[in-house]
Amino acid sequence: MPENYYIRYLPLVLHLVAALLIALPVLVLTTLIGRRKKFAQKMQAYECGITPTGDTRGRFSVKFYLVGMLFILFDVEAVFLYPWAIILKELKMFGFWEMLVYIGVVLVGFFYIVKKGAIDWGETARVSVENV
Amino acid sequence: MELVLFWVFAAICIGGAINLLAQKHPINSALSLVVVMASLAVEYLLLGAEFVAAVQVIIYAGAIMVLFIFVIMLLNAGEEPHGGKTSLVAKLVGLPALGILAVMLVWALTAQAGGSVAVAGAEPGPPQVIARLLFNDFLLPFEVTSVLVLIAIMGAVVLAAPLQPHHAAKILAAQAGEGGQS
Amino acid sequence: MSLGLYLLVGFIKSFIIINVYLVVFAYTVWAERKVLGHIQNRWGPTKVGPFGLLQPIADGVKLLFKEDMTPPFVYQPIFTIAPVLALVMSLMSVAVIPIAPALHLFGYDIPMQVTDINIGLLFILGVTSIGVYGIALAGWSSNSKYAMLGGLRASAQMISYEASLGLSLIGVLIMSGSFSLQEIVHQQEGFFWGFIPNWNIFRGQFFGFFLYIIAAYAETNRVPFDLPEAESELGGGYHTEYSSMKWSMFFMAEYHNMITVACLATLLFLGGWSGPVIGPPILHTLLPLAWFCLKVAFFLFIYIWVRGTMPRFRYDQLMAFGWKVLLPLAILNVVVTAFFVAWFS
Repeated sequence: MPENYYIRYLPLVLHLVAALLIALPVLVLTTLIGRRKKFAQKMQAYECGITPTGDTRGRFSVKFYLVGMLFILFDVEAVFLYPWAIILKELKMFGFWEMLVYIGVVLVGFFYIVKKGAIDWGETARVSVENV
Repeated sequence: MELVLFWVFAAICIGGAINLLAQKHPINSALSLVVVMASLAVEYLLLGAEFVAAVQVIIYAGAIMVLFIFVIMLLNAGEEPHGGKTSLVAKLVGLPALGILAVMLVWALTAQAGGSVAVAGAEPGPPQVIARLLFNDFLLPFEVTSVLVLIAIMGAVVLAAPLQPHHAAKILAAQAGEGGQS
Repeated sequence: MSLGLYLLVGFIKSFIIINVYLVVFAYTVWAERKVLGHIQNRWGPTKVGPFGLLQPIADGVKLLFKEDMTPPFVYQPIFTIAPVLALVMSLMSVAVIPIAPALHLFGYDIPMQVTDINIGLLFILGVTSIGVYGIALAGWSSNSKYAMLGGLRASAQMISYEASLGLSLIGVLIMSGSFSLQEIVHQQEGFFWGFIPNWNIFRGQFFGFFLYIIAAYAETNRVPFDLPEAESELGGGYHTEYSSMKWSMFFMAEYHNMITVACLATLLFLGGWSGPVIGPPILHTLLPLAWFCLKVAFFLFIYIWVRGTMPRFRYDQLMAFGWKVLLPLAILNVVVTAFFVAWFS
């Protein structure tokens, strides 16, 4: 067996090639076969049979952006937990306490989010705007 | 073998970076950046830093770049105009800066070519190695990152939080006032 | 084993496992239609072949011969890349999934997975997080309202639940102390108290198991979290403007992700291929594989059962559940597991 650790990752590259060998021919085949017929209605965006109006690229709720940012932060938290988890049996209670401090600080941020209503969608968010 | 892989992925990385700058459409640039991130992860892997490589993919390619894509989706960013006149300041400052950067790079590479530099805890190995370092020797920096995450959470919420009722009332009142004047 | 032979064996394994995935995909769709049919008191597919068993092939041929339409208003390059990205990423994660113990063949130990890496679990998480691009980009590049809304919803939902998904796995990592999926399965062999299998689900990860399953259902956009393609309000969601094989690539990607989730649930919580093994040597090779397939089939059945039973969430409920319920519970699970493991080790 190979002794260099990175050799173990080489099959992943080949796996990517194999996956592309499935995906790309399918993509090419589907453009080659199958009949084509163009007419005006077909070339419209699908909006349940009604003629499309307005622009797709409208403005969207900033909530989506906020969710993206919060995800990064909690993902960073989770990434710190991974290496900690695999050596917790060595660290014993010391490891538990050091992570409790970490999680505690992040949880403060979590309660701040919840109290600020940053992750309220629909009902609750609407009510707070309507009350103005 | 290792060297060949290094050069291949280094080429992909630099190609992605150049493509990032050359593309006119922001979404193409963002995707080039994903390619750069992924090939950097492979370079980490070749150095023996398996965990760092995984984190590079999960955090940079998987989380931060998704946010970039979100922004492009939300802001309706279209193709940006290239070419035309470049500003004089850019030419005057940019070109000398490029030269200095190139000289510094060459100097750094030639100066360090002989002896290899050992960084604290830079021994390659399974994820357990980096875990032991992080949770014993570098415990304080680790705990400090929790405060950093907390500050970032608050910053994100302050920047993008929903309108609080009393703020909304103020804004509406101000708009009404402006409308009356004009 | 020389490097060339090693890579050749790896490539052959990749090729086999990808084709197995495609077949399992086809018959999961068949099973879904059949089971849903029976849940709703109808027969499901019956016409093509016995019990409608050839239906997936008929569907595949039909889809291939459909018109591949690229509407004029889309952003062409991304519109073409997005389904390929989704499909390829869904196929990548299978590379590190071990389906049986290593096989002794011609004097070599051949692991029954494409490759066993130290960061197997992290690799799957990384690939899953890149899979979000396929959907987000499909929605964006379609330049159509339904697709855009579906893509936005889907990606916001996937990243929301990805945090909980990652945190729900930490309990298992604490128990096993490794990211390697081989190692995690080996940790779960044997019994405690004489008769209870040493599986993580019985070793205090019962709660973590359900957190994982819920987060994974949301991650794969399945009922009750299938908001992105809520057909009553969004048409098809992010793949509204896709047709023919490009559409079916998204379809395949969704089912491949389901299968990966089922495999991962089996490996992490139900002891992978471990199970009673008896009889002649040939059975010692085949039975673990059979146990693994049985467990995966069980999870796929649960997927279909849930689809036949549950109504769909509203979007605000979905987000509130993900952030306010699932995330704190996942963190609580980590803390409690960590306390007990640290105390008793």
